[in-house]
Amino acid sequence: MRRVPVWKWVFIALMAAGAYATYLRAFHGLGAVTHLSDQFPWGIWVAFDVLCGVGLAAGGFTLVAVVHIFNIEKYRPILRPAILTAFLGYLLVVLALMFDLGRPDRIWHALVMWNPRSVMFEVAWCVMLYTTVLFLEFLPVVLEKFNLQAPLKLLHAISVPLIIAGIVLSTLHQSSLGTLYLIVPHKLDPLWYSPLLPLFFFLSAICVGLAMTIFESWHSSRAFGRQLEVSLLGGMSRVLAVLLSVYLVLRFMDLSRRGAIGRIWEPRIESYLFLLEVALMALPALLIFRGHTRRPAVLYAASVMAVFGFVTNRLNVAVTGMERASGVVYLPKWTELAVTLAIIALGFAIFRLAVQYLPIFEETHEENRAGNGAQAEEDYLLTRA
Amino acid sequence: MAKAILFDSTRCVGCRECERACAEKWGNPYNDQIAEVEKLSAQKLTTIETHGERFQRRLCLHCAEPTCVSVCPVGAFEKTALGPVVYDEKKCIGCRYCIMACPFQVPAYEWSEILPRVRKCDMCYARQAKGEPTACTEVCPADATLSGDYEAMVAEARKRIADSPGDYQPYIYGLREVGGTSVLFLSAVPFNELGLRTDLPQSPLPPLTWSVLSAVPDIATSGAVLMGGIYWITHRREAVAKAEGRRPGRQKEVRQ
Ligand code: SF4
Ligand code: SF4
Repeated sequence: MRRVPVWKWVFIALMAAGAYATYLRAFHGLGAVTHLSDQFPWGIWVAFDVLCGVGLAAGGFTLVAVVHIFNIEKYRPILRPAILTAFLGYLLVVLALMFDLGRPDRIWHALVMWNPRSVMFEVAWCVMLYTTVLFLEFLPVVLEKFNLQAPLKLLHAISVPLIIAGIVLSTLHQSSLGTLYLIVPHKLDPLWYSPLLPLFFFLSAICVGLAMTIFESWHSSRAFGRQLEVSLLGGMSRVLAVLLSVYLVLRFMDLSRRGAIGRIWEPRIESYLFLLEVALMALPALLIFRGHTRRPAVLYAASVMAVFGFVTNRLNVAVTGMERASGVVYLPKWTELAVTLAIIALGFAIFRLAVQYLPIFEETHEENRAGNGAQAEEDYLLTRA
Repeated sequence: MAKAILFDSTRCVGCRECERACAEKWGNPYNDQIAEVEKLSAQKLTTIETHGERFQRRLCLHCAEPTCVSVCPVGAFEKTALGPVVYDEKKCIGCRYCIMACPFQVPAYEWSEILPRVRKCDMCYARQAKGEPTACTEVCPADATLSGDYEAMVAEARKRIADSPGDYQPYIYGLREVGGTSVLFLSAVPFNELGLRTDLPQSPLPPLTWSVLSAVPDIATSGAVLMGGIYWITHRREAVAKAEGRRPGRQKEVRQ
């Protein structure tokens, strides 16, 4: 018998914990699995699974725009993994909503009972439409695998409007997630509350989209023994550095315009976490500007930091910044974490499977197209094993 | 004719009869233990709070331009012409945005239910529609809680302040908070000493999100046009090149 590798045990443990939490959630209600309360009704399922999940999937629309709209062909090799990540990300966000909504059986209500004045309504529609677009953008991968030409042609015919719709939809609701918090000027700490929240959410989503693409390329190149497209990622990282700087400068200008900048130095947990967030966004920009982009390890570190900076920002807006006004201390219950971790693990597992069995990376895809598809794929599987 | 509730904390004796009547009306349990917890919850849609020697009632304020109505994605809340803000539990999907956004921290959730609902005071909409006073008004032995037409309540509040200016803060809480509410408070001490927020804006909150939301169609259209334009420009060079037969069409193909 072969030994089961450690990560498989971790995976099994996470799934078991997640399954137990799911059982509790389904049969004993939100109160049994979360530390949520009337004072603090949105916890990490909203803060991490939804706000971060949607953001981390932003690589999809960023790269689609770069390759298809701006027609920068050299990024095509990493387009498919980015679309796959985005599609998976959105599916997982919807899955997380099934845990978080009090009445998940009524999720369809948002489609038939309209309230166009509600940001949540807009978010619901955008998530649904964009998930559909991502599905259609991803579908060709599956169709190619099974060599179904007719639907491929059809998709090809509508590809341009589809791509544009996807970019507009994702742009809209990346910023709408920030708009959600415009309604609580009396609750969200001035370090984060700003009329510019929608813009900040949008800009940081593009940043994290780029960072995630670098991160993923690095990992897939290691896992599948491929060459890292250093020159590719170098260019991307420079765009990342510029955007991060623009974002940070805007944040500070906004803070000083609102007269909240002094709060940074107040000895409060809010200030510490704010500074952490800023540091995690400023450091990668510095690293990249200092010209270390040729060293993959530095690129990788920079992208990881930017991703953590983004996550810190979303958690700060949704948890840190909301806590003081609520009058209670919110710390997630272990079952909340279990669900979140299980969903992440599930995401990784599906990504791995998809990359294994579908023509995600352009190379395999080219080989398949070259004619001797089966043989090429066998070779590919062998080289990777 | 719009209705209102006037609560005068200088007259409240803390007997909690309003709590009991409210629990009865909603079919909620009520006992000494529940009475002791001075916090709004899914079981307690109004509560008396003790602040030293004074008592302050908490309940939904039935805002004139309610945050809960604007944030709910499925339109489960409605501001009725009669004044009460009512909730339709059959629509609610349980996103809890209303709880997160209410400036007075009013809506409560049935956290331990498998099919949970949002709970909050509905100002006895059904009773008021029939011209009856709210359940809490009916039982108040001290005239601390009154209900009736909005103008009459405002006039009564002004009269009480004018008659004994020494006993009251010269301010009616709820006249201007977040654009005005259908529940009005009177007090002898500054309102923040009774646990009420005095830092709320005087304008309604919903326009904060609406000003961004209403721009969405324009942003979407111009975004789409912009993207289409860029697409046309970046792909035109290739089309020209191809027409002139300079480059093979490999890049021309849009596939993904
Ligand atoms: S007090 Fe809160 S729940 Fe009541 S109407 Fe106003 S926003 Fe809605
Ligand atoms: S919890 Fe229900 S009532 Fe409240 S905003 Fe969400 S759907 Fe509307």
